[in-house]
Amino acid sequence: MLLASSLKIAAAAAALAGPLAGGAALLSPGVPALPHSVVALAPAEFQYRVAGDVSVAGRPAAAPVRTLRLDRDLTIMTRQVTAAEYATCVAAGACPRIGRGPAADDRPVVGVSHRDAVAYAAWMTRTTGLTHRLPTDQEWVFAAAEKADDEALPVVDRADPARAWLVRYDTEASREKMSAEPQPVGHFGVNAKGLADVAGNVWEWTDTCFVRATLEASGETRATTTNCGVRVVQGRHRTYMTDFIRDPRTGGCAAGAPPANLGFRLVVETAAADRLLAALERTARRLLGPG
Amino acid sequence: MTRRSVLMGVAIAALLAAAPALAGSPDLPRKSVELVAPPFVHEHEQATKSGPAIVAFKMAIVEKEVVVDEAGTKFQAMTFNGSMPGPMMVVHEGDYVELTLVNPESNSMPHNIDFHAATGALGGGALTHVNPGEEVVLRWKATRTGTFVYHCAPEGMIPWHVVSGMHGTVMVLPRDGLKDRDGKPLHYDRIYYVGENDLYIPRDETGKFKTYESPADSYQDTTEVMRKLIPSHVVFNGRVGALTGANAMTAKVGETVMIVHSQANRDTRPHLIGGHGDQVWETGKFDNPPQKDLETWFIRGGSAGAALYTFLQPGVYAYVNHNLIEAVELGATAHFKVEGTWNDDLMTQVTPPGPIAPGRVGAVGAPVAR
Repeated sequence: MLLASSLKIAAAAAALAGPLAGGAALLSPGVPALPHSVVALAPAEFQYRVAGDVSVAGRPAAAPVRTLRLDRDLTIMTRQVTAAEYATCVAAGACPRIGRGPAADDRPVVGVSHRDAVAYAAWMTRTTGLTHRLPTDQEWVFAAAEKADDEALPVVDRADPARAWLVRYDTEASREKMSAEPQPVGHFGVNAKGLADVAGNVWEWTDTCFVRATLEASGETRATTTNCGVRVVQGRHRTYMTDFIRDPRTGGCAAGAPPANLGFRLVVETAAADRLLAALERTARRLLGPG
Repeated sequence: MTRRSVLMGVAIAALLAAAPALAGSPDLPRKSVELVAPPFVHEHEQATKSGPAIVAFKMAIVEKEVVVDEAGTKFQAMTFNGSMPGPMMVVHEGDYVELTLVNPESNSMPHNIDFHAATGALGGGALTHVNPGEEVVLRWKATRTGTFVYHCAPEGMIPWHVVSGMHGTVMVLPRDGLKDRDGKPLHYDRIYYVGENDLYIPRDETGKFKTYESPADSYQDTTEVMRKLIPSHVVFNGRVGALTGANAMTAKVGETVMIVHSQANRDTRPHLIGGHGDQVWETGKFDNPPQKDLETWFIRGGSAGAALYTFLQPGVYAYVNHNLIEAVELGATAHFKVEGTWNDDLMTQVTPPGPIAPGRVGAVGAPVAR
């Protein structure tokens, strides 16, 4: 099920603009026509491997896989934020300037940190009046659908940690090598839920913090440490990045394969969008009369 | 090449093959060795009972565009035998190195070779100038033991040719093999050759690396970057990540590995993260006793050093230039994958990471340490 929220909202705004001269005051100075195309995904069950480091009775363990269902529609961008879009935010003085030279406008912005992405989301929220934010890791996995990587790396056994390290290293080394050069939007295809370039060569920031958790006998996980200075990054494989890192080549440890690029796509709070639409409709009804 | 000259070449080769040595050669047995690309080293005896020989090697100079990092940055390389560094040659003290240096017609500029291990004629540089389409044969006697750099050294362009990739190492072993400081024999089970290369790739006004059609086209800009002495990349074996992932070096617990590390232009400081240098010839010269148990060793620009290490613990090791900015930001990192059984006595994680015990300094609600 696809729903172009931007069209719906823009149509409502247009309907108001004619008969209602003063109605524009209801809207933020920029009429909330989203620059991004979004897709609204209805809740459905999906498989989710818990993020973070999990242990059982003090021993590292494989993170459990849960069957989850989001409690409402997820409205998410069909593509990653582009270099041109990010540049507009920089020009408006709302996003930090990033180190990279000008990338092609139609390609995903790369070399952005979690902080940069959050600044962009806040700016979008201000300019559209609709809450924009990074997806949680759960939301990302749901939207990524068949492109989400459910790979469980071997657990490090304290009695012989090297075995897992070597397997992990070989797993990373065997991953397909790809050019880090950002590609035009759509280059990596569209997934089953209509999202372009999921798990291409640009990994995406999520808002989920790094968690160390114990898996209880009940099957519940209980967080013992939460570090929001490190966030989950999603793409061909899930990884964890310190929030101010822009270039993952410099963020990794001495051994291991980092993501090729860091970028992002945003979620639009449908609840807020729906509230706005409802308010617009109420106003319209009041002014135009029923029927 | 005409058919006639090909036939002449074949005839001459047949004559040479029939003769025990070239006219004027020392009356010694000859052997020829196929070179292999680093980090590997051609098969060789560590100690030998046989007498000195003439050891013949052949290298072709290859000018080519290479990619030096994951971002796909292109670089106009100049190489001995197509690799950066060039292949390592191993002989024994008293042997003669006889190198045929070929500069194929397809190249664009003259080259030569300066062997730090050789004596006279600028290390051979003055006797080996070859233009595209020429070859030369140089013979020199290996009178000193150790690991020695060789590099291209054409007049006026020496540093540019060296940082473009034209460097390698000769290892001259004592005839009776390596010894520790007490004179006890030392052996290695594996040998790897790591050649470090500082690169100076020009950028355009937007900060992007520039590309060039040929080495000559890149010369002016590259020289400007070189003169500022700040490399754009510092790499092992020609590119960022050349010795990592699927190309990581390997060993087993209990094996002794020799790592020869050369830097033809600039100082460096190898360090094996999680390991050591058991026996290290920092300057690379085997007539000096090796230093023991080093954490980091210093390789002077324009030299090659050698280190022996017996792996005691399995896992993934990073072998870096311990200027960590150069290792992590600029590329000077390699990896070893080591198989074997974990030794709990050498290291164990007593308590895994978890919340600080209540009441301890740093715990939630506990007083802050002063």
